[in-house]
Amino acid sequence: MINFNKNEILETVRMLDNENLDVRTVTMALSLFDCVGRTADETAELAYNKIRSRAGKLVAVGEEIAEQYGVPIVNKRVSVTPVSLLGAKTGGYVKIAEALDKAANEIGIDFIGGYTALVHKGMSPFELEFINSIPEAIAKTQKVCSSVNVGSTRSGINMDAVRLMGEKIKELSALTASADGLGCAKFVVFCNAVEDNPFMAGAFTGVGEGDAIINVGVSGPGAVSCALKKLGKGADLLAVAEEIKRTAFKITRVGQLVAAEAAKRLGATFGIVDLSLAPTPKVGDSVAQILEEMGLESVGAPGTTACLAILNDAVKKGGVMASSSVGGLSGAFIPVSEDEGMIRAVRKGALTIEKLEAMTCVCSVGLDMLAVPGDTSAETISAIIADECAIGMINNKTTAVRIIPAPGKKVGDEVEFGGLLGTAPVMPVNSFSANEFIRRGGRVPAPIHSLKN
Amino acid sequence: MKAVVTVVGKDKSGIIARVTEYLAKKGANVEDISQTVLQNYFAMIMLVETGSMQIGELRKGAEELGKSIGVDISIQHEDVFSAMHRI
Repeated sequence: MINFNKNEILETVRMLDNENLDVRTVTMALSLFDCVGRTADETAELAYNKIRSRAGKLVAVGEEIAEQYGVPIVNKRVSVTPVSLLGAKTGGYVKIAEALDKAANEIGIDFIGGYTALVHKGMSPFELEFINSIPEAIAKTQKVCSSVNVGSTRSGINMDAVRLMGEKIKELSALTASADGLGCAKFVVFCNAVEDNPFMAGAFTGVGEGDAIINVGVSGPGAVSCALKKLGKGADLLAVAEEIKRTAFKITRVGQLVAAEAAKRLGATFGIVDLSLAPTPKVGDSVAQILEEMGLESVGAPGTTACLAILNDAVKKGGVMASSSVGGLSGAFIPVSEDEGMIRAVRKGALTIEKLEAMTCVCSVGLDMLAVPGDTSAETISAIIADECAIGMINNKTTAVRIIPAPGKKVGDEVEFGGLLGTAPVMPVNSFSANEFIRRGGRVPAPIHSLKN
Repeated sequence: MKAVVTVVGKDKSGIIARVTEYLAKKGANVEDISQTVLQNYFAMIMLVETGSMQIGELRKGAEELGKSIGVDISIQHEDVFSAMHRI
């Protein structure tokens, strides 16, 4: 006998066939600590071998599961131990990046993350060497993604690192100028980075994780906005939050099903399901559209932060019960270039960097995938990063900046990255200077953990 | 494995016959069936045991059949519905 009623069955079919419900990524997190060799060449070879042998079947298994359940799995990815630690003794970081890239290309995954340093309190000489290698490593590879954690609620913000980040982002943009600064789309600066994030560019395998773990990131903004559309304009906000919760629950259950099956078939441990609503540039797969469905004329209008707070909270409440283990970034993503509705809002002047910054206070993750004029200074980019870090540090949440100073472009131009990375209209940046503040360097002390207001 | 087959589209004669004929040819056994027509709109839901047939292959053929009849045919693993609708 069929155990489901007709409405349940038709709802599932509709979510999968018409509303872009999919699994955004199955990410295998690998520890590479056992690959540290006596030379950079040896480390590179051991890392290459481990990725080949441990994640060699990831793509095939992902495709099998997608076919079995009829649920598209958009990306298959690998994350590794922060590479800055693997080469602490030997240096030669770019060689390791090239080995990761080679392995990623050969096993057919979409991205490999973990070209990462954690310098939120201080920076060792090897970490400085590593950070200086980031622009070259990304420019020379196709699939390697990089991240640096520069702040945390427990330790404050390393402003020397923040200052360096602005410089590295400018270098990276210049090195990949022929592709409109595409390299910057593969580099993210974090405050309170998480160790089990399956999403790029910020995925890395934390030192407290196991050897081979499957972390899954769900998607499904299209399913949420369709559910709200059906609910109608007259429904009050409690009803709206309930509807989002219900939908997030169903989306997450699909993620959990895929994650458990992938872990089993790959002989890996199931790690977490990341509850993030991840948009794609496809029409109807937009987080901005959900906010507009809640009653905004355009995302960016007054009320946007409140709508996003409702969405983010309801997604978590619905998702938490649907999975045996939730983690990662878990919240709604607001990447500008990857969300058709956000792109539209920037084009018509409804959405600014300042509003996006406010939005990052209530959602995951930060200022993401936005293009700024190519002549934006390194200090200004560092200052934007400092602002985001301050929000994360004080509010005990993850924040991030993935910003693209588009070489030779000015406000009104557009940058086309293609695929999931989408199209970024170049946004205006406040032109007043923070140079002296950034040049001070040092550390922002850790914030007080009581007297919250 | 068990799969849920849904057929949705404008009503016309012979839809059930064509779909069940296809399933029988592929060795799938229909275990339950329910069907309604509302304002010329046809909706059928079937539970089938797919036997030795790979669900991906079964789905591909069904989608082609759907196109030729002019209805949407979808085949999903039963586990997806259990995950989404049962705690």
